[in-house]
Amino acid sequence: MVLRIPQSFADAILEQSRQEYPDECCGVILGPIGSDQALRHKPMINSAHSPTFYEFDSKDLLALYREADDNDEEIVVVYHSHTETQAYPSRTDISYASEPNAHYVLVSTRKEIAPATEFRSYRIVDGVVTEEDVVFL
Amino acid sequence: MSLNVAGNVEVRIPTILRPYTKNEKVVSASGSDLQSVIASLELNFPGLGERLLENGQLRRFINVYINDEDVRFMGALEAPIKEGDSVTILPAVAGGSM
Repeated sequence: MVLRIPQSFADAILEQSRQEYPDECCGVILGPIGSDQALRHKPMINSAHSPTFYEFDSKDLLALYREADDNDEEIVVVYHSHTETQAYPSRTDISYASEPNAHYVLVSTRKEIAPATEFRSYRIVDGVVTEEDVVFL
Repeated sequence: MSLNVAGNVEVRIPTILRPYTKNEKVVSASGSDLQSVIASLELNFPGLGERLLENGQLRRFINVYINDEDVRFMGALEAPIKEGDSVTILPAVAGGSM
């Protein structure tokens, strides 16, 4: 598997992760159902406002799925940032991962690698994490 | 053959739970509150109820909406359901480095 993502989206996600530091940032990229194409970037609010946790607000979540449904879109990428740890899914991430078709992108803003940033993508299905390549378009 | 059964509400099922509904995205259920709607789902789609409940409460990271309202603000399992209501189940999108 491979994630193909426009460079501009990746740049925007990294910028968002720096802007929202020290909190984790989060969001999605949508695409036509079944296309696996990351076409529409939508930053979301981390309603947990936490450096170690993120959660989409419940109303925002419903609105997001309604909007996707109306547009015949689905969530192609779910992303969030880790602020002090590596860009690898935590046990928490794995237990809550509930979109078997989505690419789970993690970025890290940890100080050891500043000003560079990690940008990695995974599949998380039935608790099993598989890292995949990322191709920037 | 459709697995849908006669009921007074439609329930939208998220992708991850569709294996329980033979990949049906919208199913029918019946009941006068969320508790009985979930019981009716479990009856027709065994195993689904357990994915929604834990120790008799809604699971923390499952969001359920009646029309546009999160049931947590409407009495959770006791939230009343009327004929024609639409119930939407969505897993929370959450995680973190913790």
